[in-house]
Amino acid sequence: MKDMSYQAVMGRRNEIMKASLGIDFTDYIQSPIAFDYERMMRETGYALEDIVRIQAETKVGNTPLFELTNLTEAVRAFAGPGKGARILVKDEAANAGGSFKARRAAISAFEAKKRGYAGLVAATSGNYGAAVASQAAMRGLKCIIVQEVFDSRGVGQPEILEKSRACEAYGAEVQRLSVGPELFFQLLLTLETTGFFNASLYTPFGIKGVETLGVEVAEQVRARYGQDPDAVVITHAGGGNLTGTARGLIAAGSTGTRVVACSVDLGGLHMASDTDFNRKSFTTGHTGFGVPFATWPDRVDVPRNAARSLRYMDEYQLVTQGEVFYVTELLAKLEGLERGPAGNTSLTAAVTLARAMDRDQIVVVQETEYTGAGKHHNRQLSFARENGIEVRVGDPRENVPGRVIVIPERLEQVRGSVQDMDKLRLSYLRNAAKAHPIPLWSDADRAFLAADLKKDLDWVAQAAATL
Amino acid sequence: MMNVIPKGTWVEIERVLLQPGDRAPNLPEETRICPYVLRISGFLQEDAELGAQVTVHSLIGHAHQGALKVVNPGYSHSFGTTVPELLHIGVRP
Repeated sequence: MKDMSYQAVMGRRNEIMKASLGIDFTDYIQSPIAFDYERMMRETGYALEDIVRIQAETKVGNTPLFELTNLTEAVRAFAGPGKGARILVKDEAANAGGSFKARRAAISAFEAKKRGYAGLVAATSGNYGAAVASQAAMRGLKCIIVQEVFDSRGVGQPEILEKSRACEAYGAEVQRLSVGPELFFQLLLTLETTGFFNASLYTPFGIKGVETLGVEVAEQVRARYGQDPDAVVITHAGGGNLTGTARGLIAAGSTGTRVVACSVDLGGLHMASDTDFNRKSFTTGHTGFGVPFATWPDRVDVPRNAARSLRYMDEYQLVTQGEVFYVTELLAKLEGLERGPAGNTSLTAAVTLARAMDRDQIVVVQETEYTGAGKHHNRQLSFARENGIEVRVGDPRENVPGRVIVIPERLEQVRGSVQDMDKLRLSYLRNAAKAHPIPLWSDADRAFLAADLKKDLDWVAQAAATL
Repeated sequence: MMNVIPKGTWVEIERVLLQPGDRAPNLPEETRICPYVLRISGFLQEDAELGAQVTVHSLIGHAHQGALKVVNPGYSHSFGTTVPELLHIGVRP
């Protein structure tokens, strides 16, 4: 009988991961920092056209791109003369499973089926669960979703309860857990006892699947407007959405497009806190994931993370909860599209971007997500109020995560705030120095860091000297 | 006469995965003092009463053990009570 204690299971993590993924990361790893990222991505064995075909088999991809003419007009009403870029949205809710996450799940499910696994396991409280369950259903595979759902009172986040329901609707076993990082322990235990495939969000398969999204954005915008998108805004949590989309834009030759990340500011709320858990009105797309994953991607359930957002990010905006809820309501009222608020995080940043961009420019919001009971912004706000959070109309700058949600009075107040990218990059370097002390850095390490930070070797050398 | 729930009923069970002392290091105090709990739904494998230790088979046929908590668990999440602060948004007079 194997030892199933926390320490023993965590101690077996490498062998469990290897058996459940079939990728030998030691082939690519060069040091505690550097690894051959591009070769790892290439050796998944999937070319872009393979991915398009696999996704088409299971109702994924080729989603509509809509111009939000009424919202664009609303922004132009207060933007300066000549300002107010066209806002376009890619309706990813049209994918089977209801979000862009189906693109990631499609490749993992295909790979698991091809290699003879009986099922898939994923640890996620987000849309990825529904995506994996939906893809598994179509491939005739079993599926287990491990979720962090409820606090010690047994109270669940409505947004996650809805995703539990969706996963069960697609025939998955849903393991619902209380608050804590031991989700990873339970994932390992489940992978070990079932022998299922690890449909981790952070494998090369998961990221390759999103590349089609970037390609579609570039091609659809070109076909309709005869130009490349000037900016693409991407809701940023674990980094896979941004990494995959940006890689797709590059693959399509859209190299001048500005890649803008956006997260909801949940600063001050502890992600492992039993009491903070139900004071978050967002369960994904917030800074609790966005910042730590950007500043150290290798904190995940695989030895090296294929989602490396700082490698591709040009700008990082934060928005408040109230701003996102405002824009979500406005999308329904002005554009006739009722979509989930987490996906609309990037739409909120697009409003801020569009007002500063020229009228002949194009900003693309590259996702929407399905909505419904629990995932609706009305529920998230009423739940916040039930949990003692003040909800009021006013100036969104008075928003305090976990205490006050301020709904703007008018669209003009949706301003967001731009993050200092170099601060994020320095934070990444500090984490790298912890993993591998600076005096031990080789030329390969410095080259890897420069690529991972979208900077040159001189910048890395100068920044490292300040640490 | 106790209320016996028949074998085959769709139920929810609960099991403590980790006691407070066995949890991950570096947890905030309010989390560290709580047990780490799993809830899962499945088909009951034997006649049992609420609170009994039972086995269920999940939707994919896997066996899980735990205390029988809920009979025929449903989905009670909703769109919530109306939030008046949203009603002014995007309404054209």
